Amino acid sequence: MATEAAHGVGEAAHGASAAFPPFDPSTFASQIFWLVISFALFYYLMSKVALPRLAQILEGRQDRIATDLAEAERLKAETDEAIAAYEQALAEARERAGSIARTTRETVNAEIEAERHAAEKDLSAKLADADGRIASIRDKAMADVSSVAAEAAVAAVQAVAGIKITKGEAEKAVAAA
Amino acid sequence: MSNDPIHQFHINRLVPLEVGNLDLSFTNSSLFMLATVAAGAGFMILASGGRGLVPGRAQSVAELLYEFVAKTLRDAAGQSGMVFFPFVFSLFGFVLLANLFGMFPYFFTVTSHIIITGVLALLVISVVLVVGLAKHGVKFFKLFVPDGVPAMLLPLVVPIEVISFISRPVSLSVRLFANMLAGHITLKVFAGFIVSMSAVGIGGIVGAILPMIMTVALTALEFLVVFLQAYVFALLTCMYLNDALHPSH
Repeated sequence: MATEAAHGVGEAAHGASAAFPPFDPSTFASQIFWLVISFALFYYLMSKVALPRLAQILEGRQDRIATDLAEAERLKAETDEAIAAYEQALAEARERAGSIARTTRETVNAEIEAERHAAEKDLSAKLADADGRIASIRDKAMADVSSVAAEAAVAAVQAVAGIKITKGEAEKAVAAA
Repeated sequence: MSNDPIHQFHINRLVPLEVGNLDLSFTNSSLFMLATVAAGAGFMILASGGRGLVPGRAQSVAELLYEFVAKTLRDAAGQSGMVFFPFVFSLFGFVLLANLFGMFPYFFTVTSHIIITGVLALLVISVVLVVGLAKHGVKFFKLFVPDGVPAMLLPLVVPIEVISFISRPVSLSVRLFANMLAGHITLKVFAGFIVSMSAVGIGGIVGAILPMIMTVALTALEFLVVFLQAYVFALLTCMYLNDALHPSH
């Protein structure tokens, strides 16, 4: 059987019985001894070196992410603030522009009004002047017309009736006509 | 010899060492235990050496393992259980790597020996007992008296709880040991079929395809078992440690 063949060099050296190896008590002491050494060593290396390092790495990353998030939050708040300030400045500027336009319009309107008033006054003065001149010219013309009519009447009376009348009488008659 | 499925479990003396009448020889088992420790510790230490904020490949694996075990422990035993984290991590890492080393052909499987898994299980139960008694004193024994059980039933329930507590190290060790042993024997038997069938002749070689497929499938299954058993071992350890911290369920 294969069991006989299984007795290799090492097996022979061990001097063990043909017992099923996992249940062979003669190997227990050695296995326990080396397991304790190995596991103690492994535990020591894990708990003192590898795991603290990993904990540190993970914690560091956690912290880094947290601070980065906080920083992002802060920057976002700053941006919001800047946007609000910008909008306020914009509104102020708009209002100022509006008020400037309004005052300008008002002053311009007032100037136009004043100029219009002056021009109107000027025009009415000129009109009155012209009216006066027209009246005087008319009066003079009327006077001239009366004297011409009187002279014509004198001449006409002399020629027609052969009566010599004075200019004064003629003028009275013209005025009465 | 190559066909003997038990041969892989033989312990061979490499460096004889006798202290008194104790045989503490350095054997192939010792060699693979030290190899497990060297590989595990070497990987974890090198992987965490860079301390990169953005992890590389090795560091990612190390962080993954760290967080996996930490989550398992935290879920089972709460935040206060994290004092046992190095212990649970070491157990998980040691068992997992020892199992994985066993998957290499011609390598010795440390965890296929009951004495190894037994010592680890006893270590777990000792820690549970020591911590439980140190933290809670006599109150630790409330573990055996579940809340809300009528006093009449206690004579029945308490022995059951005691027996279940005592059987914990047994089930913990036998589960791991038996899984490793049986898996490796099955693999070896099917692989042995390939050799002996192909020795018969051309028909045997064709017929050997079946055990070949079986061997490949079993190897995949064994890899699953390797991870699963290491995880189960760590998970049960976490649950037992939870009892040590919070004895009244």
